[in-house]
Amino acid sequence: MFPEEQRQIASVCQRLHRDSNAKAVLLIGRDGQPIAEAGEVGEIDVTSLSSLTAGNVAATGGISKILREKDFTSQFHEGEKTHVHITLVAGRAILVVLFDERSSLGLVRLRVRKATEEMGRLFEQVARKAATQTGPSILNEITDADIDKLFND
Amino acid sequence: MSFINYSSREINCKLVYYGPGLGGKTTNLQFIYARTSPEAKGKMISLATETERTLFFDFLPLSLGEIRGFKTRFHLYTVPGQVFYDASRKLILKGVDGVIFVADSQNERMEANIESLENLRLNLAEQGYNLDKLPYIVQYNKRDLPNAAPLDELRQLLNPTKVPEFEACATTGVGVFETLKAIAKSVLTELRRGGGG
Repeated sequence: MFPEEQRQIASVCQRLHRDSNAKAVLLIGRDGQPIAEAGEVGEIDVTSLSSLTAGNVAATGGISKILREKDFTSQFHEGEKTHVHITLVAGRAILVVLFDERSSLGLVRLRVRKATEEMGRLFEQVARKAATQTGPSILNEITDADIDKLFND
Repeated sequence: MSFINYSSREINCKLVYYGPGLGGKTTNLQFIYARTSPEAKGKMISLATETERTLFFDFLPLSLGEIRGFKTRFHLYTVPGQVFYDASRKLILKGVDGVIFVADSQNERMEANIESLENLRLNLAEQGYNLDKLPYIVQYNKRDLPNAAPLDELRQLLNPTKVPEFEACATTGVGVFETLKAIAKSVLTELRRGGGG
């Protein structure tokens, strides 16, 4: 991921959070790494939520394979107060919208559709860039000494 | 796959503990969780059956410190070791940066070790990985048991490529952090070498 696209993706999450009246919006890699977030995430254990959601999506993907279906692209979990809408973005990431009575499933679905289109374009942009150039990676600056220092007790 | 978040200045990596059922993968994570300071760890999640057998995975996020102003965060996963959970094991290997094979040293578990190691190679290959090219550590667990096989025999059967290896007793913690440090270091070194993220 390049910093510029990362910023743009974060801003799509912020817009989605605002336009859908959601509590929070999270974008997660399919392997469970949090990529971006927006809204009321302060009290949420984002790391655990990301890992479990990715596990959930992976398991659902496994089920779809057994049934010879394409990936199930979205899931909805209805809670007493908080509901969870989960969508696959361009097969690459998972968009999670947490919402309550301030919003509705219809509104969330509508706004998610627009946001996933935008994100899909950004992911394509990243893939094109990655094919032709290397990102300004912090990893290039790391030395053996930096790594050794991390493990000195 | 490692992920670098420039806005939160984090390097995230995924480590997977693999191995036969009841070999001590979850115990490794439990020991790490118990001995890590609260600010360095997140919540440990175990998706287990009623009888405490891993059903899907255990998950433990750990921070190991900073490199050049970036926090290094390692997401530790275990797979369910029981043979019939193979579909779940495949899913957990997605995006893996480093693998720890937790072998059960007991003589009677040798066949299960070999089967699990072959299964690891196969499942990695299905995801497009080659075990010989991934950061990879072997841990010989349960060295304290009287029926533990000789180390040379384990080496010959389970570590033919001579990757770094550690003797361990996960219940008391012997070798647990040594294994973790070795794989974390190997992953960071590999990331640096690859320069990607």
